[in-house]
Amino acid sequence: MPATMTSFLHPLLRRLCLGLLLGLMLQGAASAASEEQEIPLDHAPYRVNNVLALQNGARLFVNYCIGCHSAKYMRYESLRGIGLTDDQIQHNLMFGDAKIGDTMRVAMTPVQAEKWFGIDPPDLSIITKALASHRGSGTDYLYTYLRTFYRDDTRPTGWNNLVFPGVGMPNPLWMLQGERAANFQVGPDPADPAIKLKTFVGYTQLTKGSESTTEYDSTVADLVAYMQWMAEPDQLFRKRLGVIVLIFLGLFSFITWKLKSEYWKDVT
Amino acid sequence: MADQSLHGAHAAPEHGGLRGWVDKRFPFSSLWSAHLTEYYAPKNLNFWYYFGSLSIVVLAIQIISGIFLVMNYKPDAALAFGSVEYIMRDVNWGWLIRYIHSTGASAFFIVVYLHMFRGLIYGSYRTPRELIWIFGCLIFLSLMAEAFFGYLLPWGQMSFWGAQVIVNLFSAIPYIGPDLAVWIRGDYVVSDVTLNRFFAFHVIAIPLLLIGLVGSHIIALHQVGSNNPDGVEIKDNKDGRGIPRDGVAFHPYYTVHDLFGLSVFLMIFCAVVFFAPQFGGYFLEHNNFIPANPLKTPPHIAPVWYFTPFYSILRATTSNTVHIWMGVVVVATLFALWRNRGKPGRAVSFAVGGGLLFWALASVDAKFWGVVSMGGAVIIFFFLPWLDKSPVKSIRYRPTWHRAVYTLFAINFVVLGYFGIQPPSPVAYAVALTCTLLYFGFFFLMPWWSRLGEFKPVPQRLTYKAH
Repeated sequence: MPATMTSFLHPLLRRLCLGLLLGLMLQGAASAASEEQEIPLDHAPYRVNNVLALQNGARLFVNYCIGCHSAKYMRYESLRGIGLTDDQIQHNLMFGDAKIGDTMRVAMTPVQAEKWFGIDPPDLSIITKALASHRGSGTDYLYTYLRTFYRDDTRPTGWNNLVFPGVGMPNPLWMLQGERAANFQVGPDPADPAIKLKTFVGYTQLTKGSESTTEYDSTVADLVAYMQWMAEPDQLFRKRLGVIVLIFLGLFSFITWKLKSEYWKDVT
Repeated sequence: MADQSLHGAHAAPEHGGLRGWVDKRFPFSSLWSAHLTEYYAPKNLNFWYYFGSLSIVVLAIQIISGIFLVMNYKPDAALAFGSVEYIMRDVNWGWLIRYIHSTGASAFFIVVYLHMFRGLIYGSYRTPRELIWIFGCLIFLSLMAEAFFGYLLPWGQMSFWGAQVIVNLFSAIPYIGPDLAVWIRGDYVVSDVTLNRFFAFHVIAIPLLLIGLVGSHIIALHQVGSNNPDGVEIKDNKDGRGIPRDGVAFHPYYTVHDLFGLSVFLMIFCAVVFFAPQFGGYFLEHNNFIPANPLKTPPHIAPVWYFTPFYSILRATTSNTVHIWMGVVVVATLFALWRNRGKPGRAVSFAVGGGLLFWALASVDAKFWGVVSMGGAVIIFFFLPWLDKSPVKSIRYRPTWHRAVYTLFAINFVVLGYFGIQPPSPVAYAVALTCTLLYFGFFFLMPWWSRLGEFKPVPQRLTYKAH
């Protein structure tokens, strides 16, 4: 059975893989030639303190992401931190024979991933921290990235992305968002007319998704909030504790200040 | 207290009981009085003098948090990155220990830079404190080594590529360079072997060195006593009991004083640890949350902020810059020849020396001179006691324009640091080059500019306003 599966998938996947590799190789050259402009990142709403959003995000994450992406430092049991019981975690968010103390792994090995997709999908445990840059925070990047997929027949997967041109991943949430085409305007760079600038001007909705644009934005915000929470599950506790520590140190500073003044008032 | 200070520093009172028992076997009481209760410090030490004691506190914080990190960290290229995440998630309070240690690294450089700047503006390195200053410079060097070795350990992209870039610098040394770089790494690229040896250096070798140097720094300090914002020696004015009139006992006066400084410092430190531990990518770089990948060079490799002023100097040294330095060597040699026109022996040695340096600049690759400039920018601090020819120590009694010189030097240092973080560009190069020349000009020309201008009379006693 596995053998037939492989032989059936093989030619397709090989094309996909070759296309991806070619795409990755051409990506640098293409962006240098057509000067596609970096689009500004949208600001992701902060929802790490919203348990319902985090729970919805966790549901989306296990349904749409961990088929390919691992979160190998994140234990399922840590989901207790967003108000879930062991029962809820086990029955609603875990598949296969994983145990509650396990981390979120994928069955696919890196070698298989390289072979099938041309790239090993990155681990998502701390992806929101890793993606921060001068352009914005990692959550802003993901929030924009997951909302700017468009159909592109020149790509081996049929998908492309405004934030990550030549992306290897097809839109995992396409059923929610629907399929869209992106419209570009090519014109001369005002600073240097010799350079052609490719500017994004808008989308055309090709097929309807199951969610409206507003609903979809909120869905992605929940998913991104979950990933932000997962990057450091203790972050809210850290801040709560920080308030207490700073109040203590404030009082302590007052006492040490008075103590110092008491001693030093004799020094003339 | 007044009663206790009647006994001189060398005649500790006889104690009974446990303390007496210990004193017969170990000089506890005499050490206690010599270094705390009867160690006299100037009473006018200001804000700038907090950073010495804070440096010791941060060293203690780093050692203690480091011990707990080592209990859970794995110095193994396959496991290191994961073990850091394990500390952040699965080890009880691991996130706190790790953030204390990472914030402590940056805090160490902040307090040490401020501590060094204090020495600069009040002439704390001048006679008789040259050795304190030299121990301090050695501490600074060791601290840079400690930070560099430690930064490889999380085994992220910046860890890996930062180490790769810095170790590769050694390969710029003529003849032995490439072999030296391999010898340092223990491999042809940064690898598990490198990680293991850097771990050994970070956890054992350099901390031992640091503790020894800090001990020597303090012993030398207690031999001569602290300088102060007036640059007046308090030991020149003692009362009948041999106690400096302008001094106060370190304990309790400066212990409570520094305790207050410490509590304010801890507020700032904890605000960072609890609310902004990554500090916008400056204390923990974003790229370092991606595991090290020897096959994927990041587009922009920047060291952590505390190295960037020196990194800027490195990057500013291109072949173009070397031409400027060649011009500087010619001018300096001609100047030396003119100065020694009556002494043919010295004139010849200057001419030969200048000629050799010119030849070396012309023939050795600019990359090497970048390394020399970067190293020189740190090493030059050792020579400050002999470069500064000002007739007074403290900035307070120097010509007013000297304040502008020191302010400019500080701004120059920050600007160098800023451009060391930015990706290279023509503008950044021009600015960094200018700042590099200003940086070295500050030191090289100090024997001349430091004695220029109208100096103010130095008072006999400290200026002090009671609180």
